[in-house]
Amino acid sequence: MAAVVVKDLRKVFGDVAALDGVSLSARDGEFLVLLGPSGCGKTTFLRIIAGLERQTSGDILINDEIVNDITPRARGVAMVFQSYGLYPHLTVADNIAFPLRTQGTPRPDIKRKVDWAASLLGIDHLLHRRPRQLSGGERQRVALARALVRNPTVFLLDEPLSNLDAKLRASARSELKQFQQKVGTTTIYVTHDQVEAMGMGDRIAVIDHGKLRQVGTPSEIYDHPADDFVASFLGTPPMNLVEHNGGLLGFRPEHFLPREMLDGAALSELPFRIDRMEYLGSERILYGALDGFQAKREVTAKLPAHVPLSGIRAGEWHKFAVRNAELRYFDRDGRRIVSPKEQAR
Amino acid sequence: MSVTAQAAAPRRLARSRFTFDRLEVLGPLFIIPAILYVVVLVGLPFLLALYYSVSAYSIFNPSYTFVGLKNFREVMDSEIFRRTLANTLIFTISAQIIGLLLGKIGAMLLMQEFPGRRLARALIVLPWAVPVSLATLAWLWMFDSLYSVINWTLVAAGLIDAANRPQWLGQEDLAMIAVATVHAWRLFPFGVVIFLAGFTSVPQDVLDAATIDGAGFWRRNYQIVLPMIAPIIMIAVIFGTVFTFTDLSVVYLLTKGGPINSTQVLGSLAFQVGILSGDVAHGAAICLFLFPFLLVAVILLLRSLRRREI
Repeated sequence: MAAVVVKDLRKVFGDVAALDGVSLSARDGEFLVLLGPSGCGKTTFLRIIAGLERQTSGDILINDEIVNDITPRARGVAMVFQSYGLYPHLTVADNIAFPLRTQGTPRPDIKRKVDWAASLLGIDHLLHRRPRQLSGGERQRVALARALVRNPTVFLLDEPLSNLDAKLRASARSELKQFQQKVGTTTIYVTHDQVEAMGMGDRIAVIDHGKLRQVGTPSEIYDHPADDFVASFLGTPPMNLVEHNGGLLGFRPEHFLPREMLDGAALSELPFRIDRMEYLGSERILYGALDGFQAKREVTAKLPAHVPLSGIRAGEWHKFAVRNAELRYFDRDGRRIVSPKEQAR
Repeated sequence: MSVTAQAAAPRRLARSRFTFDRLEVLGPLFIIPAILYVVVLVGLPFLLALYYSVSAYSIFNPSYTFVGLKNFREVMDSEIFRRTLANTLIFTISAQIIGLLLGKIGAMLLMQEFPGRRLARALIVLPWAVPVSLATLAWLWMFDSLYSVINWTLVAAGLIDAANRPQWLGQEDLAMIAVATVHAWRLFPFGVVIFLAGFTSVPQDVLDAATIDGAGFWRRNYQIVLPMIAPIIMIAVIFGTVFTFTDLSVVYLLTKGGPINSTQVLGSLAFQVGILSGDVAHGAAICLFLFPFLLVAVILLLRSLRRREI
């Protein structure tokens, strides 16, 4: 069963289409990540599901009911905002209790539910503080507790980790994922950070310019990108794309290795001119160009740092290779061509 | 080595060229006008008022005799003064409530998107910017006993009888309503600006969160927005109170305190007694009754300002 279904959603601002016919469904209990560059329409998508904005056309179904004309409070969704949207004049306890009060929940129930949500998120000791007395991570938990407290059908999270510093973000990421698995509520999570998307999502929906480019598990998205946008949006550095037979040939930098490191047949050898190298501790990134191929960007190779750089020097050519199974083909418009071998699979 | 050392005797830059770059020079220079203003135009008159209020000084007998608190006792025993004090409070509080209420409504309207919003936002400041004397003269015509456009409108709308027109400035209760209305009209733009500043300071995320949390228009307004902008409104209330409490221009230009002192306020009474009638001592004593009220207002103002900083 799908908790949220969106059919052919369009949203037009002036003459710009923020969403251009997106159809997508979030399965029950799923952690669905919307991934895309800033301005791609993913936040608009979330706001329309929440009911904060009205779509130009298309339908939204929550629990199999069309909710197009239903107010946000009746949709049974909870949302966590980028800056959390906590009420600064209320204590943490009152912040968490607010959605219950608006529903007219009896007082003893409010107390019980607030305590339950607070203990689930480990913020019991903060209940009497005000938001400005909390750290970023604590605020984020309060926002989650406030979202959790009235048992929503779906959590909508709009880049909730982007206001945390890098160190905290990593731990908050795994906490959030564990929390979602514990409560089992369907979650739609918006981010532009591919690490968050890959690490947390059961499935990822990649959006660009208001269009849905691909939906799939993290490994489907990464290993079998549906088009050149998805291929070049994910991965650091992204997939190498070179012109080939009127279309594009793609391969990941980590699959592009010195010939001597690969054994066996079914290889494509590609002479690689290394222009410069970056040492990043655990790996080396090699930048350069291929002989006989026109590349959209600099071609990169990613080598584990523990591999000895025998005979590889900047400014020189070296024989590199990719396993044929790791090659991806895209047509003139950037759409992936499934090779015969893969189709058979 | 020694050659370079000899050649490079460092040149000393003329200190005087940078006199105005030095904080210990520039700081006092900038603050002197403010200090002069406060001392000459606020401090000195206040001390003079204290000095005259305990004397028998009048322009007919300009010799100084110390009489202690006699003037204050006499002023407090006077029926007119007690009425004036009550009037001042009514005038201040009602103008405050009407002005800020209209200000809030105006600000909420100006938060909406509509064509010409920028122009409307600019025009709304006019009552605040127009010189009080000009504005009040216009109101004087609107309240005129014969040519009142307000009465004309009411008659034309069939709401009142032409033979029985209200005398806005000639009836005791109506006169108070008139002066309070004019002052509320003057305060209203200030209220709009303050509320606009408050409303725009509330983050959209907080409003959206409240909407999702199930708060409708009223709950969002009274449980989220107003408490959040309360410190700003507090400053507006206190500032407006001081502004109204000390004002005599509207009353003086519209009614001169009449009819029968029904619109007399502390400022206008002090002016009448102290300047027009020449009884400087009693005028000063009346004036000083402003002081305790203003002191409380200022303390509250400074407190709320400090709380905002924390």
